Amino acid sequence: MVPGAEILIKCLEREGVEVIFGYPGGAALDIFDALQESSQIRNVLVRHEQGAAHAASGYARAKGTVGVCLATSGPGATNLVTGIATAYMDSIPIVAITGQVPTGMVGTDAFQEVDITGITDPITKHNYLVKDVRDIPRIVKEAFYIASSGRPGPVLIDIPKNISASKAEYQEYGELELRGYKPNLTGHNGQVKQVSRLIQKAKHPLICAGGGVISAGAAEELFELAEKSQIPVANTLMGLGSFPLDHPLALGVLGTYGLASANFAVHSCDVLIALGMRFDDRVTSSTEKFAPNARIIHIDIDAAEVGKNVRVDYPLVGDLKIVLNQINERVKEMQHPEWLEEIRQIKNKYPKRINRPESEVINTGEVMEYLNEYLPGNSIVTTDVGQHQMWAAQQLIFKNPRSFISSGGLGTMGYGIPAAVGAQVACPAATVVAITGDGSFQMGMSELGTALEQDLPLKILILNNQCLGMVKQLQDHYCEGRHVAVHFQKNPDFQHLARAYGALTLRVADRTELAQKVREFAEHPGLAVLEVIISSKDNVYPMVLTGSGINEMVGLG
Amino acid sequence: MRHTLAVLVENQPGVLSHVSGLFSRRGYNIESLVVSETEDHTVSRITLVVEGDEQVIEQVTKQLNKQVEVIKVNDITNEEIVERQLLLLKVSADPADRQEIMQIVDIFRCRIVDIGRRSLVVEATGDEKKIQAIIKSLRPFGIQELVCTGSVAMLRGQK
Ligand SMILES: Cc1ncc(C[n+]2csc(CCOP(=O)(O)OP(=O)(O)O)c2C)c(N)n1
Repeated sequence: MVPGAEILIKCLEREGVEVIFGYPGGAALDIFDALQESSQIRNVLVRHEQGAAHAASGYARAKGTVGVCLATSGPGATNLVTGIATAYMDSIPIVAITGQVPTGMVGTDAFQEVDITGITDPITKHNYLVKDVRDIPRIVKEAFYIASSGRPGPVLIDIPKNISASKAEYQEYGELELRGYKPNLTGHNGQVKQVSRLIQKAKHPLICAGGGVISAGAAEELFELAEKSQIPVANTLMGLGSFPLDHPLALGVLGTYGLASANFAVHSCDVLIALGMRFDDRVTSSTEKFAPNARIIHIDIDAAEVGKNVRVDYPLVGDLKIVLNQINERVKEMQHPEWLEEIRQIKNKYPKRINRPESEVINTGEVMEYLNEYLPGNSIVTTDVGQHQMWAAQQLIFKNPRSFISSGGLGTMGYGIPAAVGAQVACPAATVVAITGDGSFQMGMSELGTALEQDLPLKILILNNQCLGMVKQLQDHYCEGRHVAVHFQKNPDFQHLARAYGALTLRVADRTELAQKVREFAEHPGLAVLEVIISSKDNVYPMVLTGSGINEMVGLG
Repeated sequence: MRHTLAVLVENQPGVLSHVSGLFSRRGYNIESLVVSETEDHTVSRITLVVEGDEQVIEQVTKQLNKQVEVIKVNDITNEEIVERQLLLLKVSADPADRQEIMQIVDIFRCRIVDIGRRSLVVEATGDEKKIQAIIKSLRPFGIQELVCTGSVAMLRGQK
């Protein structure tokens, strides 16, 4: 007979878990005690539970396996909530484990009691309150299966203290029987035929590749389809990395801060092939004006996404890797010279970088360009949320799946640094860069402590515009330029701060030094923080205002 | 339009709150909801009556299907079904009115299950239409209290 906590750890080992991002507390004492015995699993002690959830998410996204985080009951559990919601919105597989007050005290408002299964019901794919120690093997197995299969997402397991302490025989759980949960993997044959025929007939076809391509591991299949049928590819924010952006067919990111070429292509295409995306309002802007000339093919693992936000002419539910293979078998080689020429002209007319060589002020486009130049090929970029995120999405040349990690659906400031911690733990050999703003940095910076302790050579790039730039931009456009609560009157000295964490600290305000500093930053073997001083007036363009179609951009200039 | 959904779910605690939570947070309107065990004690059945156009009902059905504990969702609106609600209604019944109330009760084939000094309790089962008709007929006498279950429904056997 062994305690529930030990059973839990054994089960996690069986799932192949190697790392947990955890933060301890009373209700999780037994779990940490058992964890220490494991030779397979190590705990990365974070500095805030939100960081644990984000790190688990960054880990999962970089590695393609389930990320695990662990917190105590009450405040530990509620601190996970933003991270769980972030993972939920971006369909990231994490398993969150929380301690809970003993079963006898559940419901009594006991010390550090919170109904975390109730709280996370809307932001988890599924969750469990363990009531019997003998259920642990089944629940853990189900949790990992549910988190990682179908449309991935977070699953939470809440374990009361007396359950982790009480003893039972450890018995491996056999076959799962989840009669209510059977993801549909193979595409319906008739629909595959129809869709393939439509692709074959299209004159101006366009692929929109979303995060689903990455989670399904279907980047190769996407590449095959695009190349053989010569179809240009736009990406949602979550889909960046699924198609190499240095490829002639690549259009880059679309949406309300999308690139002109991608947005115009959506507007003029006659067949839109939407892969693993969900037509979020930041992608479509006005849905009535979205892809007005196109018949829409929507391929996704989640049937509930099909037809939810926009009308879809050809739905196809299934795992993208399988479905794209089914389609690739049918579609023959094609050429669309006129269409590609049209797109090439748009690309030429609206080049990405707004260069201002006459100005002394550093242009963010240049920063990104130097990153493209100096970051090694195996780099992983995480971002926070704001203008810096959009500049990164617009300008960085992502070539590999899992190389861009950003909070798309929830838009969570404070994500970038802990996500980078997770990604670096998952991929120790990769160069992991967190691009952040002076606002977001101050939400996520507690995890610098984790980076220090774990010896993680993170590269943290702060684009310091002395303000909450993205909100300022919104105020420019929607509040007639009235700036409220966006300009920091005082900011800490980021150099001092970074030095306290043992980082190499670099600061650049002069354009002429930029290239050199970015290079030094990228090549530094250890933890490094580069602060780039940029104008507080800069905005992200092109931009689509509320109610407009994504072809109706402002700031195209 | 109104749809009747027969939803088979795992008979576990928390399932009902998952399902009802789904409805409130996605802004769907539940007209009525009845849960009961089924012939298989590991399975419960939720009969839901939902108001919405085709698109809403499609979303409701898909979102329900996504719940891990939901085993099957059937939209039985356009099927051959037997549908029943149970109504208990306390109607004011002065001696002068009793005769007439009893006649109405007879016509609708419902029952009087309690007699008070100034009131009668009427019990009726039937589909939505019948229940509404009864309520309408008894309203002029003064309804003191009324409770009604939501619909339960079952597909008819093959003929
Ligand atoms: C947790 C959280 N709070 C508030 C917001 C709203 N918000 C979106 S962008 C932004 C400003 C971000 O500022 P900063 O990190 O400095 O980046 P910048 O836009 O200046 O590049 C804010 C406040 C958010 N996305 N997340």
